[in-house]
Amino acid sequence: MHTVTLTQHDWSLHRKGAIDQARHKAKVKEAIRQNLPDIISEQSIITTDGKKIVRVPIRTLDEYKFRFDPNDRQQFGEGQGKSKVGDVIGQTGKGKQPGNGQQAGDQPGIDYYEAELTIDELADMVFEDLCLPHLEEKRMQELESETVRFTDIRKKGPFANLDKKRTIRENIKRNAWRGDPHFGDLDNDDLRFKTWERAVRRESNAVVIAMMDVSGSMGVFEKYVSRAFYYWMVRFLRTKYDNVKIVFLAHHTEAKEVTEEEFFTRGESGGTKASSAYQLALDIINERFPSDSWNIYPFHFSDGDNWPSDNETCGRLVEQLVELSNEFGYGEIRQGRYSYQSTLMHTFQRIDNPKFVTVTIGDKSEVYPALRRFFGPELNERAA
Amino acid sequence: MSNNMQETAVSQHYIDELGAGIEHIWDVAQSLGLRPFPTNFEIVPATVMYEIGSYGMPGRFSHWTHGKAYQMQKTMYDYGLSKIYELVINTNPCSAFLLESNSVLQNKLVAAHVLAHSDFFANNAHFARTSRHMDDSVALNAERIRHYEFEHGTEEVEKLLDAVLSIQEHIDPYVTLEDVQPAEKKPARHHDGAYDDLWKLDKRGAEAGASDESPVRSRHKPSQPVRDLLLFILVHSPRLQDWERDVISIVRQESLYFYPQMQTKIINEGWASFWHARIMRELDLSTDDYMEFAELHASILQPSRQRLNPYHLGFRMLEDIERRWDEEGEGKGREKLFEVREIESDVSLIRNYLTQELVEDLDLYLYKQVGDELVVVDNGWESVRDRLARELTSHGFPVILAEDGDYNGNLELYLRHAWDGQKLDRNYAEHTLEYIYRLWGRKVWLETQTADDQKLVLSFDSREGHKETT
Repeated sequence: MHTVTLTQHDWSLHRKGAIDQARHKAKVKEAIRQNLPDIISEQSIITTDGKKIVRVPIRTLDEYKFRFDPNDRQQFGEGQGKSKVGDVIGQTGKGKQPGNGQQAGDQPGIDYYEAELTIDELADMVFEDLCLPHLEEKRMQELESETVRFTDIRKKGPFANLDKKRTIRENIKRNAWRGDPHFGDLDNDDLRFKTWERAVRRESNAVVIAMMDVSGSMGVFEKYVSRAFYYWMVRFLRTKYDNVKIVFLAHHTEAKEVTEEEFFTRGESGGTKASSAYQLALDIINERFPSDSWNIYPFHFSDGDNWPSDNETCGRLVEQLVELSNEFGYGEIRQGRYSYQSTLMHTFQRIDNPKFVTVTIGDKSEVYPALRRFFGPELNERAA
Repeated sequence: MSNNMQETAVSQHYIDELGAGIEHIWDVAQSLGLRPFPTNFEIVPATVMYEIGSYGMPGRFSHWTHGKAYQMQKTMYDYGLSKIYELVINTNPCSAFLLESNSVLQNKLVAAHVLAHSDFFANNAHFARTSRHMDDSVALNAERIRHYEFEHGTEEVEKLLDAVLSIQEHIDPYVTLEDVQPAEKKPARHHDGAYDDLWKLDKRGAEAGASDESPVRSRHKPSQPVRDLLLFILVHSPRLQDWERDVISIVRQESLYFYPQMQTKIINEGWASFWHARIMRELDLSTDDYMEFAELHASILQPSRQRLNPYHLGFRMLEDIERRWDEEGEGKGREKLFEVREIESDVSLIRNYLTQELVEDLDLYLYKQVGDELVVVDNGWESVRDRLARELTSHGFPVILAEDGDYNGNLELYLRHAWDGQKLDRNYAEHTLEYIYRLWGRKVWLETQTADDQKLVLSFDSREGHKETT
């Protein structure tokens, strides 16, 4: 009688854990999607270099049970001898990095599940169905972007393009033909190479003119929100379109064109004349991006505190800009300070053109809805 | 399967050597007095090992929490943070799994360890009532749940399981169906005597009055508070459909099966560690092998300042018992050990055998989070012992009692947290109440206390949401 045995089976088809893991991952994704508005405005995300892994706390995936308050709980430990009441045996690590959290582990007090994802994965979810609205084919200067696509398999080709998987398969097939299915005795006949063809993609030219109010009245919150918006906008444009130019304009009472880095890092002060930025945008369009060759998308973020005497000019200039543009987006950041409308927003109200889109942001979590309002799929539908 | 493209990860030589080693270990275990179930060892890759580990047993029903556990274990393994040393299933014959990436010596140690577990499953009183064919049962259960997914939709079943699993630890192996039934009115003791007819004249009025009381009112009030929430809800929930009750009974059946393992973690791991050390010393190990064994043994028994290592505590306690009975009982140490293995659980082991010397020698203490620091708050041997015994009684979970299934005469469910001085996690408790509401369908109440010993009653239903009264 066998009382003890040792066996080994083929478990390669065993996938139950993987299947339930996939369901868990789907739930994580679902939870992230629901929290996108909060996640994408996180300071830690918009200040990264883009390579970072983001940790997202997901509370909906906690397995809730009746349990003791982990912060109030006495637990057991084993010392190395002669421990006394009052000895400190460790740190919780809490409070060092508020909001960043640690990986749930054996430390007490940390009680939520965190998903890890790269910025790119996050961006994919944010950009999933975003697009530049009202994009038109322009006659002039249509730029061709060339890509290479592997489309076919041949028996001859450069070795750099050897298709190893197919080659091995051919080899085994040939051996099997002779009654001995194994991999070996490689023959020239077995080799398979990938070949490619040139694919030319035609793209319309588009330019985005990003304008930001950097005047003294723009507080920390206002600057943060406009940067968060532009961070994602720039990322979105670069991910989805190969051929979009972005012009950065910063303004207070005067406007000037700045580099991307300056745009995201520099702070200014002083009063506000939004018309200066609009005038500069018009000049730049006329000089460099004529509207018969370019799709034009001006965006402007401000707190709406504009020089009162400047508002009339603003209204006039914006109307001109809207005429030239495919979409003009104006975002106003008002953190619950005012119950009434700003003078700038009030001026813009008389502009009745579906290409002119405004949003008001009062909270960090409204950056995501703003992105969707400017670039969401509904816009094209609305126009159509 | 010689033409199989998949390579087997271990060589035939490895299998032969390990197989012979395990047979020898079996003989040694027998000669030392262990009487394990016949045991089958299966060599598996890490992914399979972690899968079985996260399900507790191969073939259990699907749920995302299993997938979450699997992912966590796998990630820890991939980063080299953890290694499951052993995985053994309480069935007859017993099944055990060995990691194919382990060395032959490591797997020999695991095999010795596992045979002692198998001996414990076979001979400890607390396991006497567990099904030894649970592997078949869980497969059938999984099949039934798959069938319900087909009938009622995957999402519906998942939501139900989310709710049921939130209270899966709240079971009681000693409860009977009768305990959850309402207290019956005992008929008055009936004397058969010569003058019965005369006595009856006296009582006629009283009895007529008593029978007036409506039985409906108390039909869901158990004669005593019930800590088996799954059973209470399964029997009395006013809203559940039959298939939903079946899912609860499946979860409860599987929880009950795992219950003795929760009850005997320290003694069982201690027992296995005690014997793997003895068995390995009986083998003819080369110096290198002995060093590898000693290193592994030390890492398994490594104590931790922030957690109790059940392997270490159990091991040290059993060694202490053997020593004491050898000294005081004229060499009866071994005999005493086998008696302990037969009758004790963690609670009784701690109660009966954790001495002052041991607590001081092991340097056991209680600590608590104070601000950012973890601070030792108590190391008196009696308070450590009592606290530990109490904690083990409910396996670290708060005890929640079902007191009334017809609260307010409105079929509401009244639960009470059996207060032992430790606050509940309020946020978790509220979410769990929502889950229970999903199962009960009417308002659910939970009585507990705040830190300053004030009574606190939480309640939830979908209409009024969360409420609290003090």
